[in-house]
Amino acid sequence: MAEHTLRGKVAVVGIGETTYYKHSQSPDPEFVLALKAILAACEDAGINPRDIDSFASYANDRNDPSRLSAALGCKELRLSNMQWGGGGGGGAAAIGNAAAAIVTGQAEIAVVYRALAQGQFQRYGLAQAGGTVSGDNALINPYGIFVPAQRFALKIMRYMHEHGIKQEALRALALASYHHAQSNPRAVMYGRPLTEEAYEASRWIAEPYHLFDCCMENDGAAAVVLVSAERAKDFKNKPAYVLSVAQGSDHRNAARSFNAPDFHSSSFGPVAPHLWEMAKLGPKDVDVLQSYENFTGGVLMSLTEHGFVHPDECNEFLKLENLIAPSGKLPLNTSGGNLAECYMHGLELQIEAVRQLRGTATSQVPNAKVAGVIAGPMVTPVSTMIFGSEETL
Amino acid sequence: MSYLPKGLPEPVTETDKLDQPYWEGTRAGKLKVQRCGACNTWQWGPEWICHNCRSWDMKWVEVEPKGKIWTWTRCWHPVHPALKAAGPYIAVLVELPHAGNIRMLGNLLGDPHQTVTIGAPVTAVFEPHDDAKTPYTLVQWKLA
Ligand SMILES: [Zn+2]
Repeated sequence: MAEHTLRGKVAVVGIGETTYYKHSQSPDPEFVLALKAILAACEDAGINPRDIDSFASYANDRNDPSRLSAALGCKELRLSNMQWGGGGGGGAAAIGNAAAAIVTGQAEIAVVYRALAQGQFQRYGLAQAGGTVSGDNALINPYGIFVPAQRFALKIMRYMHEHGIKQEALRALALASYHHAQSNPRAVMYGRPLTEEAYEASRWIAEPYHLFDCCMENDGAAAVVLVSAERAKDFKNKPAYVLSVAQGSDHRNAARSFNAPDFHSSSFGPVAPHLWEMAKLGPKDVDVLQSYENFTGGVLMSLTEHGFVHPDECNEFLKLENLIAPSGKLPLNTSGGNLAECYMHGLELQIEAVRQLRGTATSQVPNAKVAGVIAGPMVTPVSTMIFGSEETL
Repeated sequence: MSYLPKGLPEPVTETDKLDQPYWEGTRAGKLKVQRCGACNTWQWGPEWICHNCRSWDMKWVEVEPKGKIWTWTRCWHPVHPALKAAGPYIAVLVELPHAGNIRMLGNLLGDPHQTVTIGAPVTAVFEPHDDAKTPYTLVQWKLA
């Protein structure tokens, strides 16, 4: 039987970002941010924006491909794709969906993008006042549980209990992101280092999450340009090949009222094995990893469920020295990630992985050939992917 | 007297009435959850179909209102305008071992600064909100 795989068939040839702002600080409306990021990605790739024929996004991005295509004067529109559900969990899936369209002849030059201007629209971390709730929210909101920080605190609290994981393990994940942001002038937290003491002294949001365990909320936009591997060789940048993408979640993940059998999970249980199978690689082969931090607890469970660390060894392994470039055992979130670079709903992590393979990251891992990107954990569906340099094909 | 301040969203039955027996039950001081009439699987939250055998015959069964703390969090950051002056409060996810280990969320009554122990037995406290536009009763929990 023919092997069904995306491995090595599509590559990122262009990356683009706007300036990253604190939430509600963008001088531009969200649609303008999206346009600017896409134009930057086209310039980086060396393509005329008119030639973009396909668009894919996730998290219910408000910037409709048909409007983008019209505004940019694209010659034609082919793929117009939205990953359904999972919010920031869809970052890798959006790339996988665009890549699948390219491989199956439904798209040629695809842009995957995400734009956020939370001043123009509602913020994620605040609930609306008053009113009534029904359905699943009726079983949750009246008890003061509204936002992801609270919902996801329930997951990691149980996980830490079962595996004897200490707060210091979460702290190390926060410190790693802040450490890398200090080398990255694009990072919102550039020039604002985080110490162990400041972490410990920071206020609780929802135990076990301190303030610094929680992602920022930001304004900005990011975009990547994808083409087939055959075409990728014609572009000026070193291609970042898609080696594998997997999306989904575990059995009955969305069972109501927190009744997922594997509730205390990042949702990658059955997803990560698909990732490794398509990549023909394992966790030990990954040179540098970006793992979406909505909350540090989600990163921790993402790492265990992908096999980077055993759940019972988190206290020993999750230490700052193991998580930082250039020499840590598992350089993690090397641009500063959602915690300290920008909460661009994780698409900034894909861009950082591409930079690592090009050798242009601000906290570069020497000779990085395999770069993993784990999109938003603890939701459903989640998604995850591996990029590789030409040598990995 | 409710555990959390007034002004939080008021729960109402879904327009499709899927969860109506639950909310009617709590008003009467009874904890009712779903159990499959065909294969006896417990199911919570409510759904139209049994996840185990696909039967449509979902019964509403009264269960003893007790359980064990399965996980918890103490919330400090006021994410809702009504919680601005509330101070910390505790949410517990309670497992019902006598009902197929289904879980339900509530607040843990008592000192909001108390030490919370996973596995601790709890019993339900029915908290009526009689002055709501559509009166409702929440299921809260206290240490047994
Ligand atoms: Zn059944």
